[in-house]
Amino acid sequence: MSWFGKLIPQKIRTESSKKSDMPEGLWSNCSNCKAVQYKAELERNLFVCSKCGFHSRIGARNRLEIILDHGSSFEIINDLVNKDPLKFKDSKRYKDRVVAAQKKTNEQDALIVLKGKINKMSVVVAAFEFGFMGGSMGASVGEMFVRGVRAAIKRSCPFIVFTASGGARMQEGVISLFQMAKTSAILKKLNNNKLPYISVLTDPTLGGVSASLAMLGDIIIAEPDALIGFAGPRVIEQTVRHKLPDGFQKSEFLLEKGHIDMVIDRRELKDSLHSILMHLMSNKQQNV
Amino acid sequence: MAPVAQLDRVPGYEPGGREFESLRARQFYGLNMDKKFLDFEQPIAELQAKIEELRFVGDDKTLNINDEIKRLEKKCTLLTKKVFSNLTPWQVTQLARHPQRPYISDYIEHIFTDFHELHGDRHYSDSPEIIAGLAKLDEHSVVILGNQKGKSTAEKIKRNFGMAKPESYRKALRVMKLAEKFNLPIITFIDTAGAYAGIGAEERNQSEAIARNLFEMIALETPIICFVSGEGASGGALAIGVGDRMLMLEYSIFSVITPEGCASILWKDVAKAKDASSVMGLTASRIKELGFIDEIIPEPMGGAHRNIPQNMRTVKERLLSFIVELKDYSIAELLEDRTEKILQYGLK
Repeated sequence: MSWFGKLIPQKIRTESSKKSDMPEGLWSNCSNCKAVQYKAELERNLFVCSKCGFHSRIGARNRLEIILDHGSSFEIINDLVNKDPLKFKDSKRYKDRVVAAQKKTNEQDALIVLKGKINKMSVVVAAFEFGFMGGSMGASVGEMFVRGVRAAIKRSCPFIVFTASGGARMQEGVISLFQMAKTSAILKKLNNNKLPYISVLTDPTLGGVSASLAMLGDIIIAEPDALIGFAGPRVIEQTVRHKLPDGFQKSEFLLEKGHIDMVIDRRELKDSLHSILMHLMSNKQQNV
Repeated sequence: MAPVAQLDRVPGYEPGGREFESLRARQFYGLNMDKKFLDFEQPIAELQAKIEELRFVGDDKTLNINDEIKRLEKKCTLLTKKVFSNLTPWQVTQLARHPQRPYISDYIEHIFTDFHELHGDRHYSDSPEIIAGLAKLDEHSVVILGNQKGKSTAEKIKRNFGMAKPESYRKALRVMKLAEKFNLPIITFIDTAGAYAGIGAEERNQSEAIARNLFEMIALETPIICFVSGEGASGGALAIGVGDRMLMLEYSIFSVITPEGCASILWKDVAKAKDASSVMGLTASRIKELGFIDEIIPEPMGGAHRNIPQNMRTVKERLLSFIVELKDYSIAELLEDRTEKILQYGLK
């Protein structure tokens, strides 16, 4: 508070914090076509630009809210403690990075798993929170994924994942590498139970996450224009030493190359998922 | 070997001085390609050069310097032991990547018989980045496969420096399925800086190729032994690294990414690779502590490349014992143990 502020009697002081309660702005620019949109309208449109169809990144909670029937969901609580056995430190300690990410996102780690319903059909859905250390997969993410799939097996229901991840979490070294094997192992169990596994790839899905659980879906769906690949474009550019073609590693490119089943607009995703699962589950009894 | 006398005329020559020693050492290992020394081995290299030099002079009957040679050899052994008893992770990384480190082609030559190489993924290419084939380990028929980095420049290029492409992984899986069909145990040799990052590799779905191998190897109905012989980095290494027993050679490394890759992402500076290696927990001893591998196979003093026959004997003996051990399990038991072990990863 400035010296002048202090002179004003408390009763007529305007607390500076109140300023931040003001709406940040009712309008926003589409980061692709720059079209000005009313924020409430953009939210109703699931953060897809009504002019150009650009899909903005959204958080895991938002994602799950969009997909699951209102009031149907129960969270599989992440009670895992990050043990940091390597005591990893680069410019910052890994432990501090985790605490900072937890504060920033209000999440325990980068994977959120919910039991819920899609148009009244039981499912288990996991979503990566990209805001939590780039959605990277370490021991906690791997274990939550396993718990999610186990819950699906228990309920005899489909398992769906929404990926948004830079890959394995380097700060957990070889532990994170082995999460690729771990998530694949539990998917084998789901597979043996003949329960559907649908992976929905959103921007971005790379590295160890792409090269394990993301590419193992019975059905693989991508959101439009998402970056999906094993190596990131910068790494490839450094390796091959020339510029990459336009649209390289984007959803539509993957569809053309035969890597994924379909590209679906976020606004149609819930109904599409439901319809696909109705086919795959048509000969199954669910344990609700 | 260059005559020692010539060195007398080298500018800056000082008998017994450091310049002389390192110059001599450089000349020595430059001429003896089978004994390349790493930077941290310089004191050993210098001592060895001295011994070599004395041996040369020793031909001169007027001097009896055998005792001196013996003394120096003893000193050299002690020094090597000392240097190798306290290696940093970066030094281990250098050893794991040593240009003379034995590759799968050497193991094929030394410990297996009746080898028949199997080529191709049946869809796209021969995929020479991974060597695969049928072989015999004593009386046991097995399927072996693994990354081959390549020795000569031409071979390195042919083998893409051991960086596998999607078709390499698909070839590996095809051959592993063959092993499953005929109940042959599988031994994989892991030695790669990672899966190849290129346009074609992405176009042919590198991610899927790796993921598919992880998914299939977990349930492959035959024993699998994975052996990290050199460098095992990233999902590219893990894609042939899921099995019943995981072994690492003493100075091999296993990591989520190369130290260089880690440094360039987290430190934004490739030159920090050494720092990265020290925190990544990539050495065999550290990974054993973390519970991800079953056994560390000891290397000859100074590393596998210093005594290839000895290294081959040890590796063969250990592989044989695991082949025999795994035969005692039913396939159902193997798969149950394999899956449960993997599902515990990261919980400790």
